[in-house]
Amino acid sequence: MLDILKPPVLALQDFYSLAGRAIRNIVRRPHYYDDIVLQMDIIGVGSLPIVLLTGFFSGAVMALQMSRALSQYGATGQVGMIVSISLVRELGPVLTAVVVAGRNASGMASELGSMKVTEQIDAMRALGTDPIQKLVKPRLIATAVVLPLLTIVADFVGLVGGYVVAVPLLSLTTAGEYWNTAWRAIEYNDIAQGLLKPLVFAIIIALVGCFYGMRTSGGTQGVGRATTQAVVVASVWVFVVTFFITRVFVNL
Amino acid sequence: MPEQSILRFENVTVTFDEIPVLDGISFEMRRGDTCVILGAAGSGKTVLLKTAIGLIKPSAGRVFLFGTDITELDEQELFDLRAKTGVLFQEGALFDSLTIEENVAYPLVNQRAAKRKKREIRELVEESLRFVELAHTLDKFPSELSGGMRRRVGIARAIVTEPPLVLYDSPTAGLDPITANTIVTLIIKERDVKKTTTVLVTQRYQDGHLLANFRYNPRNGQVEPVTGNGHSDTLKTRFLVLRQGRLTFVGDQQQLEASADPYVSKFVKREI
Ligand SMILES: Nc1ncnc2c1ncn2[C@@H]1O[C@H](COP(=O)(O)OP(=O)(O)O)[C@@H](O)[C@H]1O
Ligand SMILES: [Mg+2]
Repeated sequence: MLDILKPPVLALQDFYSLAGRAIRNIVRRPHYYDDIVLQMDIIGVGSLPIVLLTGFFSGAVMALQMSRALSQYGATGQVGMIVSISLVRELGPVLTAVVVAGRNASGMASELGSMKVTEQIDAMRALGTDPIQKLVKPRLIATAVVLPLLTIVADFVGLVGGYVVAVPLLSLTTAGEYWNTAWRAIEYNDIAQGLLKPLVFAIIIALVGCFYGMRTSGGTQGVGRATTQAVVVASVWVFVVTFFITRVFVNL
Repeated sequence: MPEQSILRFENVTVTFDEIPVLDGISFEMRRGDTCVILGAAGSGKTVLLKTAIGLIKPSAGRVFLFGTDITELDEQELFDLRAKTGVLFQEGALFDSLTIEENVAYPLVNQRAAKRKKREIRELVEESLRFVELAHTLDKFPSELSGGMRRRVGIARAIVTEPPLVLYDSPTAGLDPITANTIVTLIIKERDVKKTTTVLVTQRYQDGHLLANFRYNPRNGQVEPVTGNGHSDTLKTRFLVLRQGRLTFVGDQQQLEASADPYVSKFVKREI
């Protein structure tokens, strides 16, 4: 029984150790600014098209789903409010995080994983650089900066998607009413959780991606395994953590 | 006066998942020594080299690098000692996102002890690449080079800071005999021109034989056999044979060739 529990407990311990070292090193020199900018480009600019697409259609499909329910109560005027609340609080942050986990947690795991199995990480240490500083920290910082921005973009295009369905397509409401209810529905509290979530998700995605990359073993096969694990674990944690954050905010 | 101790293993044991990969290893190298470590695949050669520069921590025993006990040092303190050690990793371990120039410049840019000006770095990189006869590859990426060329770039990167100790991990593994000899020739040249202490890890006895009996002649730029008239005493090549994490043999070439141990003699006979 204890033998079954040992590997995951040891892995969790390793993960905490990596997370601790990465976070402690955030303010410590040296800072590899070039690597941070490069990662922001890969994660931010690279994910933008797919974030635009998923954001737009999730807003559109929300409006579509809600149209029937709302018309039963004669409340189609409220569609803007429903779309904006669900996007800003939950759908925007979670969908963007899952997209970025799929693209970038896997990218980090496979890149660091191939560096690990070809001894490039050892070479880095042998040649005077700390892989946590040079590889993990830039990815952590870049994701933490970029994911909240991507989430804001997703929220906005989601609202546009909802608008396209609600106003020109189904004529549920007027443009003025849609944007008005959408805007007024959002409270300070919603914006706080809408931005806190992507920040926490970013830390999860970057650390999980780097963690599985850095502990890769077993050649190219191992790289494939690390990549899959990173995406699965990062995505699952996003859903689990969003539950707990929401739980806290609902009680406020 | 005895020469300064460069590398010393005292009863070093390394275990992974409770399995010993190195088991009670002890040896010492002094300045100017050449050490050839022979062993089959999986015998622990790579682990031994990584333990020597603190990339792997021993679970028992002590490692002294340049006279400093490194078993308790943290990563930051190790960087300064590693800066005095060049390493060629098994497949070269070049950074494939960087050009050849950036790869060779990496230790110059990143080692605290080696900080230099931009122009100076460029000159040193070119000089080091000229040494391995690859000066024309500056702007290429590692993926554009052949296996043998990648090892040569790896050598250039290992020696660009002129470290007094250089470790070579299986530099000839997977190469054709001609390319393999080119690589060993470079190792001999580096050893004799820069007077570096050298550790060569290999599966090929031939490599050790070359290292023990050939030296670089700076007058004609050739590697020549040692003629025996007075030269041989300056060539202090020691052979270590590693078998499943244990040292089964330590001695010079004559002793190695005379060894009755079947594992040891299989190494010697297979290649000659
Ligand atoms: N990081 C590691 N984790 C677990 N086992 C390892 C690790 N590195 C090496 N080993 C094991 O140690 C033994 C020696 O490996 P190595 O030193 O790479 O052999 P070689 O002599 O071919 O270089 C092998 O059995 C290998 O499986
Ligand atoms: Mg090896």
